[in-house]
Amino acid sequence: MAVLLVKGVTKRFSGLEALSKIDLEVQEKSIHSIIGPNGAGKTTLFNCITGFYTPEEGGILLDGKNITALSPDRVTKLGISRTYQNIRLFKNMTSVENILVGMHPHLKSGLIGGIVHDPATRREEQKAVEEAKRLLQFVGLRGKGDMMSKNLSYGDQRRLEIARALASRPKVLLLDEPTAGMNPSETQEMVHFIRQLRDELKITIALIEHQMRVVMSISDMITVLDFGVKIAEGTSLQIQKNPKVIEAYLGRGAASGLGENTSQAAVPA
Amino acid sequence: MQTQSPFPWKQVVSAGLIGGGVAVLLSLVGIVTAFNERYIVSGLFTMGQVLFLAPALLFANSTIRRIAPQPAPKIILAGAISGLSSAVVLAILTILGNLINLRIMFVNSSPELFEMLTFGQEYTAGILILLGLGLLLGGITGGVFLLPSKIRNAVVQAAIWILMIGLLRDMIVTVSYRWGPLAAVIKYFFAVSGLTLTGTIILSLLIGGLYYWRSGKTKPSVPSAQQTPLKRLLTLAGAAAVLLLLPPVLGTYFSEILDNVGMYILMGLGLNIVVGFAGLLDLGYVAFFAIGAYTMGVLTSPELGFYNMTYWEALPFALIACVVSGAILGLPVLKMRGDYLAIVTLGFGEIVRLLALSDWLRPWLGGTQGIQRIAQPRIGPYLLESQQELYYMFLVGIGIVAFIAWRLKDSRIGRAWMALREDEDVAVAMGINHVGTKLLAFATGALFSGLAGTIFAAKLTSVYPHSMNFLVSINVLSLIIIGGMGSIPGVFVGALVLIGSPELLREFAEFRYLAYGALLVVMMLTRPEGLWPEERRRLELHEVTDPALAAISKSKAEIESPQKAG
Repeated sequence: MAVLLVKGVTKRFSGLEALSKIDLEVQEKSIHSIIGPNGAGKTTLFNCITGFYTPEEGGILLDGKNITALSPDRVTKLGISRTYQNIRLFKNMTSVENILVGMHPHLKSGLIGGIVHDPATRREEQKAVEEAKRLLQFVGLRGKGDMMSKNLSYGDQRRLEIARALASRPKVLLLDEPTAGMNPSETQEMVHFIRQLRDELKITIALIEHQMRVVMSISDMITVLDFGVKIAEGTSLQIQKNPKVIEAYLGRGAASGLGENTSQAAVPA
Repeated sequence: MQTQSPFPWKQVVSAGLIGGGVAVLLSLVGIVTAFNERYIVSGLFTMGQVLFLAPALLFANSTIRRIAPQPAPKIILAGAISGLSSAVVLAILTILGNLINLRIMFVNSSPELFEMLTFGQEYTAGILILLGLGLLLGGITGGVFLLPSKIRNAVVQAAIWILMIGLLRDMIVTVSYRWGPLAAVIKYFFAVSGLTLTGTIILSLLIGGLYYWRSGKTKPSVPSAQQTPLKRLLTLAGAAAVLLLLPPVLGTYFSEILDNVGMYILMGLGLNIVVGFAGLLDLGYVAFFAIGAYTMGVLTSPELGFYNMTYWEALPFALIACVVSGAILGLPVLKMRGDYLAIVTLGFGEIVRLLALSDWLRPWLGGTQGIQRIAQPRIGPYLLESQQELYYMFLVGIGIVAFIAWRLKDSRIGRAWMALREDEDVAVAMGINHVGTKLLAFATGALFSGLAGTIFAAKLTSVYPHSMNFLVSINVLSLIIIGGMGSIPGVFVGALVLIGSPELLREFAEFRYLAYGALLVVMMLTRPEGLWPEERRRLELHEVTDPALAAISKSKAEIESPQKAG
C-alpha cells in the first residue's frame, strides 16, 4: 500500500519548471530512493512534500489524506519529517533539546503549564526527556545528550538530525543525502542504520542519495529524476539496466562502471 | 639562549602609543577633567588622573602578557617603555595645547586639562613628571607581572577594589550615615573626597590579604557548589531580607536609582524573551512601555476625566492593551527576519511616540503636556507613593516576571522560541507553528514592558511623550547584550552595570553613551557571550530535579547572590 502518493506535481520558479508532473508512490515500510544528477529537482520534491513549497499543479497524499497546500508544521504533525542535505541542527541547543524540539507536535503543555509546572506538564516533560534519551541511545549518541549540537562530530550530527526527525514519530522519513561527506566506513554504518530504522521502527523511508553503491544496496524502489522529469522507476536491477538512466545520469559509456559498483556494494551488505 | 632574542621594540612601543591615544581621546572628550575633583585617595590622586594613566597601564600589561616568557629585566623594560610611549603621546598633547589653541576644535582641551596633565607644576617640569610617571608606572606593571600569581592577583584585586571604593565614597558615606557605630569606623576611612591614606593602606592590606588567603584554598571550596537545601534556603532568605531592607537602609536617592534599575530589569526581562529567546530583534520595544504607561494614565487620571479607576483596576486593562499591541506588531512582521524586522519595529516604536505627541490625539493622550495625576497603587490603607515604597512594586513585579521567564525558558514554548531563533525554516519543519509562537513571544515581551510602564507612570504620577524615547529601547537592548543574550541573570547584571552604575557617579552622566559605546565594542571583542552568559540546562546525565544549580560554578554563585533574587 502506498503511504505517500505524489500525483502530477509541478513546481515552477518564475517560469522555470523545477518539477514537471512528477508521480511518485512510496510503499509502506519500503526504502525508496530518489536519484538524479545535480539540479534534477530532488530536494525541490522533498520541499513540496514537506509543505515548504506549494506545488502549482498536482497533489500529495499521505495515507490518503491530501496534504498538498498544508504548512510545514501541519505536514509534520500528520507524519512526515525530514533531514537536510547540509545538516541543519539547532546549533546552540544541546542534543536532548534538539530532540525535544522534534517532539514538539506531540507535547501538549502550553504557556500556563510551562509557567506553573502542573503535574501533567511535569510528567509530560519527564517522559519527553526519557524518550529523548532513548532516541539518543538508539542512534548511538548515548552520553552526548548535554553536548551543544554544534560540538558534535560530523557523523554524530547526522545521527542527531535523524533522531530529531524521528522524535516527531513520522510515518514517512525523508532523508536528504544522509551519507554526504562521509568516508566509506561511516557510509556503511549509515546504510546499516537506515535499514535498522525501517526494520525496527517500521517506518517508511524516502531518501535522496548520490552514492550509487548506497542506493543500489538499500533501495526497494528507485525513482530517477532528470531536469524535473521522472525518467525511470524500478528496482535497482531494473534501474541499472535502464539505458535512459545510464545516459542521463551517468553519461554515455558508464554502464559498465555502474555494474561494478553494485556488485561491490552487494558484498558487505 | 632566550636572552639573545631581540627586544620586541615595535610591539612594545606601538602598544604604548595606542594606550597614549586612548588617554588623549579620554582627555579631549572631557571625561578626565570631569573626574578631576573626585579623589580616589584623598590628596594623592583623582579619578581623572586614573583615567589618563590607566590606558598606559592596561596597554603595558597587555604587551607584557603577549611577550610573556621573557627574563625579568626585559619584562620590566618592556613595561617601562610601553608606559613611556603612552606618556609621550600625552606629553605631545600638552605641548600642542601650549603652542596652539586646541579649544577651537576640542572644547574640552581646557587649561584645567593641561594643568592636570602637568600635575599642577610648571610647564617643563610637568612634562618631565608626566614622562617619568609613565616610565615608572609601566615598570611597576612589569614588576607586578613578575610576582607569583597568588600575590599578583591579590595586588590587582586590591587596586581594583580601592578604585571602586574610592569612587563610591559618596554612596558609602551617605548610606553608612544611618548605621550608628559603624558610621564612625567608616568615617575614619574616608576623607571629604575619596579614601584617606590610612584607610587606603588598611583596606588594601585587608582586601589583598583576603584574596591571597582565599586563593590558597580554592580547591576545597569547589564541592560546596552543591549546596544543601538548608543552606540554599538560608542564602535565599538572606538575599530576600537584604532586598526587602534596601530602601530604608539606602535612603531616597539610592531608592530612586534602584527603581530605575528595577524598571530596566523588568523591560530587560521582557525584551530578553523577544530578542534573547526567540531571536526577534525588536528596536521599538519602548512602544509597549509607552502603551502600558499611557493606558494607566488615560484610565486613572482625573485630569483627562474619562475614567477614574484606581491603579489596580486599571492594571489589567493596561496589560491587556500591551498584549494586544504586541500581537498587532507581531502580525505584519511574521515573515520578516533580522535587519528588516529591526527597521519595522523601530518604526513602530516611533509611531507610538509620535501618536502620543500628536495634537490629533491631544484630547485623549494630552499631547506634549502628557498626562498628570495618575493614580498610585494602594494596598489596604497604604498608598505606595514614594520611591522607597514603589521599590516594592518593582521588586514584586520583577519576582513574578523573572519567575515566568525562567519557567518559560525551559518549557516547550521556550524550546520552540529557541528553535525559531536558531533556524526558523527547520523549526517550522519540526512542527512548530511559527505564527503562534512568534506572536506569543511578542505578546509576553510586551506584557512585561507594559507592567514596567504602569509602575513608571505611577511613580511619576505623570507620563510625557519624551520619556518614550528611542534611547530607552537601545538601553534595554544594550543591557541584554552586555548581560548575555537569553540569560536571565544577565539581565540583572546588565541593568546594574548600564543603568545603576552611571547613576552612582554624577560626573559620569554626561559620558554615559560614550561609555556604553566603548563597553559594547570591548564586550563584543573580548566577551561576546555577555557578562553572565546563558547556562544550558543539563538534561541527560544529571538529575532533572536540580539542574540549574549543579551547573552554576562557585565563583558565579558568589556574584549571583545579591542580584538573582532581585
